[in-house]
Amino acid sequence: MTASAVVFYIFAAITVGSAAVVVLARSLIYSAFALLFTFFGVAGLYVLLGADFLAATQLLIYVGGILVLLLFGVMLTHKLYDLDLRSEVTQFLPAAIIVGGLFLLLAWPVDLSFTLLGRPMRVYGLLFQTSWATGPGRAPAPTTAEIGRLFMGRYLLPFEAASILLLVALMGAAMIVRRRPQA
Amino acid sequence: MIGIQHYLGVSVALFCLGFLGILTRRNAVNVLMGIELVLNSANINLVAFSRFGPGNLQGQLFAVFVIVIAAAEVAVALAIVLTLYRLRRTPNLDEADILRG
Repeated sequence: MTASAVVFYIFAAITVGSAAVVVLARSLIYSAFALLFTFFGVAGLYVLLGADFLAATQLLIYVGGILVLLLFGVMLTHKLYDLDLRSEVTQFLPAAIIVGGLFLLLAWPVDLSFTLLGRPMRVYGLLFQTSWATGPGRAPAPTTAEIGRLFMGRYLLPFEAASILLLVALMGAAMIVRRRPQA
Repeated sequence: MIGIQHYLGVSVALFCLGFLGILTRRNAVNVLMGIELVLNSANINLVAFSRFGPGNLQGQLFAVFVIVIAAAEVAVALAIVLTLYRLRRTPNLDEADILRG
């Protein structure tokens, strides 16, 4: 195993393991801090994929912004003096069956294909039986300058639409939480 | 050799865990965390295809837009959760039934 493979498995384990903690932990605070490690792991995967700008963006926006917002949400929607930060789990068994079925459909790891009445039956995860149309690929190289040029050139309209969306979300969030005067 | 399937596998696992969180949690903030996991799994897919695909940066640009939309979504959703908490004194989603006829 090469060094990059080892690093990949480390980051993948961090990502998936802490995501499991996010979903299964009893305490909301544990979930929030496990989410921090998930975001770090995903940023590491971005670095391995040669997306340096996106890794930095991930750390800045997800860890610095979204996670802090979620922690605010946790703190503001609970009575902190009795520290009751439990999150209840409901309908766990049917949800686990559905999600487990979905996971096995997508990523069943062993090829058990057989032939039934002259017809081939594929029993193999979609992830593995699909031949992904990969191209020449992009060698890892600094991306920031090129991304900036694309945003200011070819993708100017989506860029502006995203900024308007952010403005609208900002104003909408402020309007929703505003205390209405008692009529 | 780490190929595209390894990254897609991580993405599948992350998506399934996030989906499980969305389905099983009663707390609204925890459901939002599940949504963030799902969005992150989609982003891993986009960046992986950008790396192993036709060799341009479109996947990464799309991922940037996904991050922007995730930020906007969390801001608005938390505003709604705070309003719900002010009305009902609970962050649990199945008690948000005021609109029921």
